[in-house]
Amino acid sequence: MTTKLFGQPVKRSEDPRLVTGNGRYLDDLGHDALEAAFVRSPHAHARIVDIDVTDALDVEGLVAIYTWDDLAEDERLHGTRVAEPLPLLIPHPTLTHGRTPYALARSEVNHVGEAIVMVVAENRYLAEDAASRIRVDYEFLPAVVGIETARDGADLVHEDVPGNAAAVMVQETGDADAAIAKAPHSLELDLWIERSASMPMEGKGVLARWDADDESLLVHTSTQTSTSVRQAVAAKLGLPVDRVEVVTPDVGGGFGVKIVHPWPEEILVPWAAVRLGRPVKWTEDRREHFVSSAHERAQLHHVKVGYDDQGRLQGLSVRFWHDNGAYTPYGLIVPIITSTQLLGPYKPGVYRVEFTSLYTNTVIVTPYRGAGRPQGCFVMERVMDAIAAERGIDRTVVRERNFIQPEEMPYAHGLTFQDGRPLTYDSGDFPASLEKLKALVGWDDFEAFRAQARAEGRTVGIGMACYVEGTGVGPYEGGHVRVETDGTVVVRTGLTSQGQGHQTMLAQIVADELGVPFERIKVTTGDTRRFKYAVGTFASRTAVMSGSAVAMTARKVREKALRIASQALEADVEDLEIVDGHVQVKGSPSTQIDLGAVAVLSNPLRYAFDEAAARATQFAAPADPDKPPVAPGEEPGLEGTDYYSPPRSTFANGMHAVVVETDPDTADIKILRYCVVHDCGTLINPMIVEGQIHGGVAQGVGGALYERMEYAPDGQLLNASYMDFLMPYASEVPTVEIDHLVTPSPLNPLGVKGAGEAGVIPGSAAIASAIEDAEGIPIRRMPISPSELYALRKANA
Amino acid sequence: MTEQTVAVSFTVNGVPYDLELPARRLLSDALRHDLRLTGTHVGCEHGVCGACTVLVDGAPVRSCLLFAVSLDGAAITTVEGCRSADGGMGPVQQAFRDCHALQCGFCTPGFITTVTAFLDEFPAPSATQAREAISGNLCRCTGYQNIEKAVLRAAELRAEA
Repeated sequence: MTTKLFGQPVKRSEDPRLVTGNGRYLDDLGHDALEAAFVRSPHAHARIVDIDVTDALDVEGLVAIYTWDDLAEDERLHGTRVAEPLPLLIPHPTLTHGRTPYALARSEVNHVGEAIVMVVAENRYLAEDAASRIRVDYEFLPAVVGIETARDGADLVHEDVPGNAAAVMVQETGDADAAIAKAPHSLELDLWIERSASMPMEGKGVLARWDADDESLLVHTSTQTSTSVRQAVAAKLGLPVDRVEVVTPDVGGGFGVKIVHPWPEEILVPWAAVRLGRPVKWTEDRREHFVSSAHERAQLHHVKVGYDDQGRLQGLSVRFWHDNGAYTPYGLIVPIITSTQLLGPYKPGVYRVEFTSLYTNTVIVTPYRGAGRPQGCFVMERVMDAIAAERGIDRTVVRERNFIQPEEMPYAHGLTFQDGRPLTYDSGDFPASLEKLKALVGWDDFEAFRAQARAEGRTVGIGMACYVEGTGVGPYEGGHVRVETDGTVVVRTGLTSQGQGHQTMLAQIVADELGVPFERIKVTTGDTRRFKYAVGTFASRTAVMSGSAVAMTARKVREKALRIASQALEADVEDLEIVDGHVQVKGSPSTQIDLGAVAVLSNPLRYAFDEAAARATQFAAPADPDKPPVAPGEEPGLEGTDYYSPPRSTFANGMHAVVVETDPDTADIKILRYCVVHDCGTLINPMIVEGQIHGGVAQGVGGALYERMEYAPDGQLLNASYMDFLMPYASEVPTVEIDHLVTPSPLNPLGVKGAGEAGVIPGSAAIASAIEDAEGIPIRRMPISPSELYALRKANA
Repeated sequence: MTEQTVAVSFTVNGVPYDLELPARRLLSDALRHDLRLTGTHVGCEHGVCGACTVLVDGAPVRSCLLFAVSLDGAAITTVEGCRSADGGMGPVQQAFRDCHALQCGFCTPGFITTVTAFLDEFPAPSATQAREAISGNLCRCTGYQNIEKAVLRAAELRAEA
């Protein structure tokens, strides 16, 4: 009997390769390629007056130097579109002043790190030698840095964007101000979250090979969406899409930053490879990643809330300002998510949210794991704690009183979500999750622990936070499953992988659906040569989207296998089952045919190229002479393709509780315990889900206590290195205690809801809650360092 | 201007190499691009993240901070050299898989070399010592919890061998 693999902690099939040094990341490819380096702006805001490349020309090994003028010339000569601004990927009617950069700056730079000149040389050392000899003259413009400066609007990032406002967006379910005015009690809060970034261990990178004979382009890029990069490269280079293939090799982490595309380098490297007729590669270095990729998080919120004696919300009005950096290639996705997912598991009464998305002369802001939710969660959970404090009610009780109840699912908020669909929660049992969390962390016993700690001269606090995460957004993903004649099962899906264990998870699904051993299944992701249609890996969507698509496809292939086998075994389809890679008669397993043989029979042949194929040739087996060898409606081959496209997002949820200790003298903040209750629907591989939670929590802790982008007022990023940007090491990350609640999603065939981002979302909210509890000082701004806590103590003394 | 090269001889995973390299060629680049041993990864280029950690005469070092030509006569071990004798996963590598101590796998080679050297010195570490041992390497995926477990599991596997 085949053991069911769905739900089992199956060890990853990716790992034997990765742990032995056999991974293939972008810079592990193309050793003989030319290499690119970039001259990037050292100034936050300036006009480019002149570019002088004279001194670079005698650098040995130099192959080419390109500026925007060369791109414009190329448009004239070759009909490409490389000199146009890069695409605005997600337009929105309220994004009235969307702006995107050029692949190479045309006449103005808007952040430190913006690419101005591309240098191609025999290797990276030589390319950097040449780049260092190129002189750019600038006319300085005032730098707009920080939300308050941008909002003030005295200086402009883009001279044709008044007030630096890319967009102003309002969503409301009624007259929130009136509801707040009528409520028995009300509060106002100002809340800040600072910048952080995805910071994958591997930066971006692109390798392009042009085959002049075939007139085709093969691009490898460290991306979260190979199919869309393919479309973008073809469009910009003026090539037919079917002459461009994009492959995602092993990717050393993404966390959102690699969903943005096409990056300037994703256009320029393929373009240079075509023009030079030689392979070209660019591998981003760490400083480049800090100053020319993307950041996230920075928002400033003003909240008004009205509530009754019991702490139940009557009305909630949120006004916030979102720092979108210098350009808006990814549209308004981050602030839209903040504005909708802020509500978490609660009924807000009447809700109004208005945000302004502001330009600053800093690196662009696009989704980083959590994608606007950590900010929204921080805001809502600070509100809950503030109400609890004002009313003198336990913090868990205030939350419980405002929860959407399980019997109210599906619950429609009356708002529009990031996918353009209604914000309607599909499932969840928030009271049950809260009970689990209280039990896990020992919420009701904490006062005894606090008293004991106090007796020892220690200060401790407990905090908690709840979130709901819209996951598995559409529009679709697809799957292809093929059984080879040796019984190997090839599975393909178009979205990409950055370490989430997709190969393993998808193979588990196919193993169960098709009845084949896990070891026989080979999964390919993110390779447009293998699967053409896909959206990408973001929004915790792979298990929901590709998982469902692959399951549906495997069911189709199973049906086809049974149809063919029923003829071979002369048995009814209903009497057959597939066990361990063999189709057999139920109750009579010796009457069987292996799936490889079924695959042979599925493809009627004239020519035998090997022994297995000979079984399917025209004289090999008796066949009905009156029927066509390929039955009407059938196709040759034991394979199938299917697509999954849901009506709307699934909604995962969870709750975190944290116990902290703060040092009475140094204000050092130490996490003593970190507890997570997590509901991502059914679990395909609990080992992988828990790994996702661990990693998310680590990023949440980083965002709460350590990580921030330190921009000087002139727009210099002062901590653009791993030495100064404090990503947590093992010494900073707590051990995470996890409990699961499973409320399956009714929206997809697997009941899954996605788990990739959840761990990070409530980190700042829960840790702020715990510090506030320990210190008795309102915490309104995150991250918080010991010196900031120390200053807060002084200010509140 | 033509780059001057320097002759250097060292072994990598027991294999001797005689190379002519520019003096500024980093050990990480020499391993990755001249010898095409791409298991060693480069995460920050300034010695902070530890992804490029290799063993030089058994001691963990950051290969992005060393010039290859300074390694004359050295015995270098990379993640490829941490395999078992038959080319399969060595004990530390097996432990990382068993404990789900990697996700994207980019930082993993640096952890595996670091842990290998650590266990040579401390074959039976406590959990606290295991965490301390890995606290000089950055990982953005795992939250370190399972890496700590893998260190302890690797110690068991090595003891059994």
